[in-house]
Amino acid sequence: MSESSLQDVRAVNGGGSWFRRNQIAITPWLFLAPGVLFFIFYVISPIFQSFNVSLYEWDGLGEAEYIGLRNYQDLYWEFVDRDAFFVSLKNNVIWLFLYLLAIPAGLMIALFLNQNVWGIRLYKSLFFFPFVISQVVVGLVFTWFYDPTFGLLNTIIGWVGLGPVNVLGDERLVTYGIIAAGLWPQTAYCMILYLTGLNAVDPEQVEAGRLDGAKGWKMLWHVIIPQLKPATFIAFVVTIIGALRSFDLISIMTQGGPFGSSRVLAFYMFEVALSEYGFRMGYGAAIAVVLFLIMLCFIAYFLWSMWKEEKGAR
Amino acid sequence: MFPRPIESTGRTTQAAYKTLLPIALLMWLAPLLAVAVFSIKPDADFTTGNYWGIPSTFEGLANYGKVFLESDMPRYLLNSVFITVPTVIGAVALSSMTGFALGIYKFRANLWIFFMFVAGNFVPFQILMVPVRDLTLDMGLYNTKTGLVLFHIAFQTGFCTLFMRNFIRALPFPLIEAARVEGVAEWRIFWFVVLPLMKPALAALSVLIFTFIWNDYFWAVVLTQGPESQPVTAGITSFNAQYRAAYHLMSAGSIVAALPPVLMFFLMQRHFIAGLTLGAVK
Repeated sequence: MSESSLQDVRAVNGGGSWFRRNQIAITPWLFLAPGVLFFIFYVISPIFQSFNVSLYEWDGLGEAEYIGLRNYQDLYWEFVDRDAFFVSLKNNVIWLFLYLLAIPAGLMIALFLNQNVWGIRLYKSLFFFPFVISQVVVGLVFTWFYDPTFGLLNTIIGWVGLGPVNVLGDERLVTYGIIAAGLWPQTAYCMILYLTGLNAVDPEQVEAGRLDGAKGWKMLWHVIIPQLKPATFIAFVVTIIGALRSFDLISIMTQGGPFGSSRVLAFYMFEVALSEYGFRMGYGAAIAVVLFLIMLCFIAYFLWSMWKEEKGAR
Repeated sequence: MFPRPIESTGRTTQAAYKTLLPIALLMWLAPLLAVAVFSIKPDADFTTGNYWGIPSTFEGLANYGKVFLESDMPRYLLNSVFITVPTVIGAVALSSMTGFALGIYKFRANLWIFFMFVAGNFVPFQILMVPVRDLTLDMGLYNTKTGLVLFHIAFQTGFCTLFMRNFIRALPFPLIEAARVEGVAEWRIFWFVVLPLMKPALAALSVLIFTFIWNDYFWAVVLTQGPESQPVTAGITSFNAQYRAAYHLMSAGSIVAALPPVLMFFLMQRHFIAGLTLGAVK
């Protein structure tokens, strides 16, 4: 809004009560108040409370005992001894990298489906389908898919004469098995982002590329992908967040097992703080803080990208 | 259009593409189709090892009937509705206000407040878990739907504000200026000028939040227990414990639990996708 029009508005509004004169300055705060207060109460302040709780030994009911950084020292030893914390952290890293496969996979499916044949809209919706289903159901579906006695996977590899594999019972395979299950809905999400992006690709540039003799991969790499940048950014954001939030699938499919080999930080934290392992709230909070700090790097990057864009916009 | 439209290619390519499509779809949805097949099989098929053959009898009605009549499933479904619907209303209402404030007005803290919402929305749930559970216990709302709803509203306000603010930013600003020159009060501008223009955003957000909340599992486990307040995502695990190894019933139960968001998606597809892909195109 330009300065002059602001003054016009003041002139029109002026003369009334104090509220009327300052309307434009006050209104946004009135509109923000409920949302902001609610958000601070339930989301922002708990973050700081968690930092605080992580300095205590606390079972959630009795007195909390201040122990300084001892929870973090314990985590450090669990890391050095390649204990549960180390395994969880390692699995988180695996999740982060492998989950990103959803982006190229989504792009491939989007390219495959970006045609105009009869019924293609229904195909697109059905390919998107896995994303709409709850992760709990996805977890159940894949647990049965992997089942060593009757699972579809083993039935199929049985046709080519390969013996049954118990994906979820094998310490070396279990994390990859769960990630594959997670990639299913995530790929669907990336696909829909890219389908929307492909819709908006500038046809003139594609034609110009064709005239220059660009085809196939070259065209994709030099002409199409640069234009899909906004879609790629969002796909990247949601995939990273999704990878670090992985909890539902692990909880449903393996409960962290076998022998804790499929734990990630999000699940380990829950296990420590709220399950039969006892209610070690302080220790759980310390794990959550570590997870939060990892996430914070990405959040800072996302915000920084958004900030650059905002500055460019106005 | 990229890739090259299939109509402009040879006949064989076209035929190949059209046969490949259904095959690819079948492979993509295979794990789900397997569960759908399971859910109409009789119990006997599992004991005789007929996992993948033709169902010996069609027991779909019996299986689904059992899910609805002989288990806590209807309870859980109802709980899910009572958790999801108020959350959608609350989050959309709060965020249309915050989105309006952040999208229309220029003031120094604007971008900071906006970034607070965005950052909070990306935070891992675990960092909130201990304090939020404690808070809910202190307010006497542990194991109630209200406790879950209040938290969900607050948390979803983050994402919804991001969405609403960006949507309102894209509205034609001269409209608001014109209303101001006419001397229309600010809250009336919100109600009579901006809100009617926000209908597509309201619809998109509602379906999205409905799906997110319906599918939430983590908070359901942290803040509730037992059939009196647990939503269906958490209920399905106790359902499965009750019918352990009864795969036909567990499959039917899973399908029932997954269905409402699926219906929502197919009914409101346009809005749903518009919501998910906001920002994917510049």
